[in-house]
Amino acid sequence: MKRIVIHEEYCIACRLCEVHCLVAHSSSRDIVKAYRHERDTIMSRVVVEESGPLSFAMQCRQCEDPRCLEACPSGAMHRDPRTGAITCDESRCVGCWMCIMVCPAGAVQQSTSGHRIASKCDLCQDADMPACVAHCPNEALTYEEVS
Amino acid sequence: MALSLSTAAFILERDQSQCIACQVCVRQCANDVHYYDEDDGVVRSNPAACVGCHRCVTLCPTQALVVRTNPLEFRPHANWTAATLQSIYKQAETGGMLLSGMGCDQPHRIYWDHMLLNASQVTNPSIDPLREPMELKTFLGARPDSLAFEADGDGEYDLRTELTPQLELDIPIMFSAMSYGSISYNACRSLARAAKQMGTYYNTGEGGLHPDLYEYGPVTIAQVASGRFGVHLDYLRTAAAIEIKIGQGAKPGIGGHLPGEKVTREVSRTRMIPEGTDALSPAPHHDIYSIEDLRQLIFALKEATHYRKPVSVKVAAVHNIAPIASGIVRAGADIVAIDGLRGGTGAAPTVIRNNVGIPIELALAAVDQRLREEGIRHRASIVAAGSIRNSADVVKAIALGADAVYVATSALVAMGCHLCQRCYTGKCNWGIATQDPYLTKRLNPNIGERRLTNLLRAWSLEIKEMMGGMGINAVESLRGNRDHLRGVGLNQVELDALGIRAAGT
Repeated sequence: MKRIVIHEEYCIACRLCEVHCLVAHSSSRDIVKAYRHERDTIMSRVVVEESGPLSFAMQCRQCEDPRCLEACPSGAMHRDPRTGAITCDESRCVGCWMCIMVCPAGAVQQSTSGHRIASKCDLCQDADMPACVAHCPNEALTYEEVS
Repeated sequence: MALSLSTAAFILERDQSQCIACQVCVRQCANDVHYYDEDDGVVRSNPAACVGCHRCVTLCPTQALVVRTNPLEFRPHANWTAATLQSIYKQAETGGMLLSGMGCDQPHRIYWDHMLLNASQVTNPSIDPLREPMELKTFLGARPDSLAFEADGDGEYDLRTELTPQLELDIPIMFSAMSYGSISYNACRSLARAAKQMGTYYNTGEGGLHPDLYEYGPVTIAQVASGRFGVHLDYLRTAAAIEIKIGQGAKPGIGGHLPGEKVTREVSRTRMIPEGTDALSPAPHHDIYSIEDLRQLIFALKEATHYRKPVSVKVAAVHNIAPIASGIVRAGADIVAIDGLRGGTGAAPTVIRNNVGIPIELALAAVDQRLREEGIRHRASIVAAGSIRNSADVVKAIALGADAVYVATSALVAMGCHLCQRCYTGKCNWGIATQDPYLTKRLNPNIGERRLTNLLRAWSLEIKEMMGGMGINAVESLRGNRDHLRGVGLNQVELDALGIRAAGT
């Protein structure tokens, strides 16, 4: 399957990935409206980690053997049978945060939507390319077939 | 502290109805122009430090920013312009020379724009480059006076003349000298990779060659300048050709100056100088005070490389450029590179950049003419530099007599440069003219290489179209073919200097 590959040597810490992830997961899909009207209830599923000049955008690594899947008691965390991407079925999530506890990449967050659900990267399944990759100005994120 | 009389060069207009306070501009500006006001939850700008590089404008996801020239006006005065007054305020404040980056920004006449190209109509056929072969292959180096052959008895002939080393270019465009130090490692790598990809060469400038770039030796021209930074035997032997830098178009008569801030550990290793020290090149080569001295250095370098590499001599275009070039050819140079008034730089005193030297068009015409008259044009190739902005400039330069051209500013622009002319501060927001680790990674060499090769590919397509229109199918036939140029808006003295006729005659 295709995965997001991080090239930290070219990450410029502009955080445009975060901006566009947030917009891609808004209901309006309009950058100004998303920030104006939905900012408190939507969040970016990618987070730029920084330490001095080193930075990189971290999102779900789409593990081969995902611990979040094993830990999820409700079956909300599942592998999409069509795309192979690990996503959270928010209607089944009970907000126990086990996925957050076990994720080795720290890529699952508590949603700010007001409901107790886990929020994580879904690889923008309805788009050709995840929004963070498509909008990275320096190709520090690429979407590649990785075995 | 006394009040500064300098005013901001730019103002910033932020459309607050579009701004989403994402702070991309705040994070991208190395000059700290933008800041987040936590109390009000909005991003504001302090334009005093804005250099007009457009990094924030380009990355703003909502196009909320516009940078404008500060409309602040003095009482109009044709002699005492705003720029003149601002320069005096600055110097009265600092007591120092004013520095600039990039080439001369004064409105001296650009002769390229006063020359027009010919095309075939009726009496001779034009050529369609999409259907017929069009040759841009160019060789740089000395040509023999004559060729001697010997019959081998089987009706075949063997060449008896020993040919001198040549550079083989797939397109008559090379990347001009820009040193590692003045530009970032990623910029050097982009240039090297693009040169390899496109079958041409790039030039190390006077900064030596980073060990990781030795693999690009076959497409590298190694420069030897007055500071001799980074010059050693491996450096010379790795490169495809060697260039002795006597002068640079942006600052004829003075040496290079790399501020200590840009001399990082890697730059210091490559240049073989202490970390953090200013890299000051002497104005002259201290072993060159005559053509005979130059000959000694040319042959010392040829000797060191076993006569296997062509040696180029780069000079700035100055008043007596024709006899100077003649001397350089007679001294044994295989290539003469001439850098015109508008050539770029990483740092030069503004007064020198704007006032010293002559335009490349006039220098090129004068040199080609002089070498032809003296019967030594074949003994060296001419490379024209100093603001080649587009493919038409390339064609006009070749028609004026150049064998190939050097481009640097165009290459930087392709990589993202916006001509803010502040290279000497080391704060290049585009990651090109900087060594700051926060900034250098902004230039991804994969993107740099792609954009440079795209530029060269686009220009080569256009060059082929223009040549085809003239009915010429090889760049060799265009070289020095001034019949294909006509001048517009030029007086007779200028036409004579360029060796071209006026349009309509």
